[in-house]
Amino acid sequence: MDLNQIYTELIREHNKNPINKIKMLDATISEKGHNPSCGDEIILHLKVKEDTIVDASFSGIGCAISQASTSMMIDLIRGKKIDEAEKIVDIFLKMIRKEIDNKEELEKLGDAIFLKNISNMPVRVKCGVLSWHTLKIALEKVKEDN
Amino acid sequence: MKDYKADFKILKQKINGSTIAYLDNGATTQKPLQVIKAIEEYNKLYNGSPHRGAHYLSVNATKIYEDTRGKVAKFIGARNSREIIFTKNATEALNLIAYSYGMNNLNAEDEILLAITNHHSNIVPWQIIAKKTGAKIIYLDCDKNGQIYKEDIDKKINKNTKIISLSHLTNVFGMVHPIEYIIGKGREYSAITIIDGAQSVPHMKVDIGSLKPDFLVFSGHKMLASMGIGVLYGKLEKLEEMEPFLSGGDMIEYVDLYETSFHEVPYKFEAGTQNVEGVVSLSAAIDYIENIGIENIETIEEELLKYALKKLKENKYVEVYGGEDLSNRKSLLSFNVKDVHSHDVATILDNNNVAIRAGHHCAQPFIKHMGLNSTCRASFYFYNTFEDIDRLVDSLGGVRGVLGYGS
Ligand SMILES: Cc1ncc(COP(=O)(O)O)c(C=O)c1O
Repeated sequence: MDLNQIYTELIREHNKNPINKIKMLDATISEKGHNPSCGDEIILHLKVKEDTIVDASFSGIGCAISQASTSMMIDLIRGKKIDEAEKIVDIFLKMIRKEIDNKEELEKLGDAIFLKNISNMPVRVKCGVLSWHTLKIALEKVKEDN
Repeated sequence: MKDYKADFKILKQKINGSTIAYLDNGATTQKPLQVIKAIEEYNKLYNGSPHRGAHYLSVNATKIYEDTRGKVAKFIGARNSREIIFTKNATEALNLIAYSYGMNNLNAEDEILLAITNHHSNIVPWQIIAKKTGAKIIYLDCDKNGQIYKEDIDKKINKNTKIISLSHLTNVFGMVHPIEYIIGKGREYSAITIIDGAQSVPHMKVDIGSLKPDFLVFSGHKMLASMGIGVLYGKLEKLEEMEPFLSGGDMIEYVDLYETSFHEVPYKFEAGTQNVEGVVSLSAAIDYIENIGIENIETIEEELLKYALKKLKENKYVEVYGGEDLSNRKSLLSFNVKDVHSHDVATILDNNNVAIRAGHHCAQPFIKHMGLNSTCRASFYFYNTFEDIDRLVDSLGGVRGVLGYGS
């Protein structure tokens, strides 16, 4: 295993300077994601207006992979419609499960495509998918309330 | 120093060109050839269902099983082999006490005193029992080094305290708790004391005869034996008055349609066909340990711990927990690397075949209490070497760089 394929420049940058890591005081939903086996704890904050995620951020503690993955995800979904965001989550989780290799689809993941390599590290997969699962749950709750 | 690794082939094998510096002995230890051979021999020559048949194999399995009960009793200084009950592991032993003793002896005014440093296996069963009985859980506090202290112990033990249960050697910071003092206090207030020896029994002399706790639990797999075999020591008079935990075959005398009379201690607590193979491994493991001498194991690990602490402190980005004083610490060190989560540290070290543990070490209340989220833990056994520690320290030197921080 080459560590540079895991801790890529991009992951390092997102981890070191997590620009999306701020508490959001006017969030419409804050969803806690928790990976008890390793102690990663993130809270995903979303501000949803009608069917659009107008803003997103996160707070909490976790390893570089979960922090970077969360930060990249937030870059991707900010400003997106709920169903678009759900589609992206779906593609991401499929990529990690190695169920997809359609280039066009994968491109929708932007930078997050570089997280692909974690699928080769079974013990770290959970760190990478934590925030995506959390987003999925949050969006389901938002839709229920709408 | 003697090359103990010669007996541990798993530590001699090469993975991608190098051996594994195995520093996760607090989680589970490796098996020497002598233990592996004993298991093989048992399966080749003696396997049978103990306590049941009249034939050669069953009689032999029974003899091995019962002889080991005596060997375990001697190993921990218990006066009577009937005080030794075989369980699956320390966790099952703690559950046995919680259900058989706690559930039947506690009520609403009673207090269960636990240390904040306890492993989940010594917290969660008590929470369940407390909910059912109405008893209250009280926690012993610890100082910044993870050690419990006298003033707090004196404050928290009172006439309502019925059960005191804590680790002898803690699994996150490696603190030897003052259990002699606690056991004495327990006696003074007629509270029963339960010592979780999962970390201590493999690494230091534990003598029931002088400590005199009511119960002691430990796991075979943390002391060279197989997974799936553990030990509960209990004072005979306590065991006699307790109800069975699991029930079924082997633990009975006479079974009527609606009533059963139970077999005597220890069989009363050993329901169903037991793990004789595990017992065989434990027997060989005790032989191996006694052959080295537990005092020698303590000395070797003292040297390793001293060396590791000194080396780790040379890296200014590494924060080691537990303080400088090693006099009441054993076998393991917890630390963090500045700016880097413990799981990233473990992944990066694994890339160099250095095996450590990262996370909350099944002690979430303690980790939170200390204001931490997780730690890295390097835990030693007598077969570790200074070279293993050098590899740990060298790998740690590269960790921050991998994540793009200055080092
Ligand atoms: C202090 C302590 N108690 C209890 C246990 C539980 O041991 P086991 O999982 O073998 O039951 C452990 C091991 O993880 C431990 O370190």
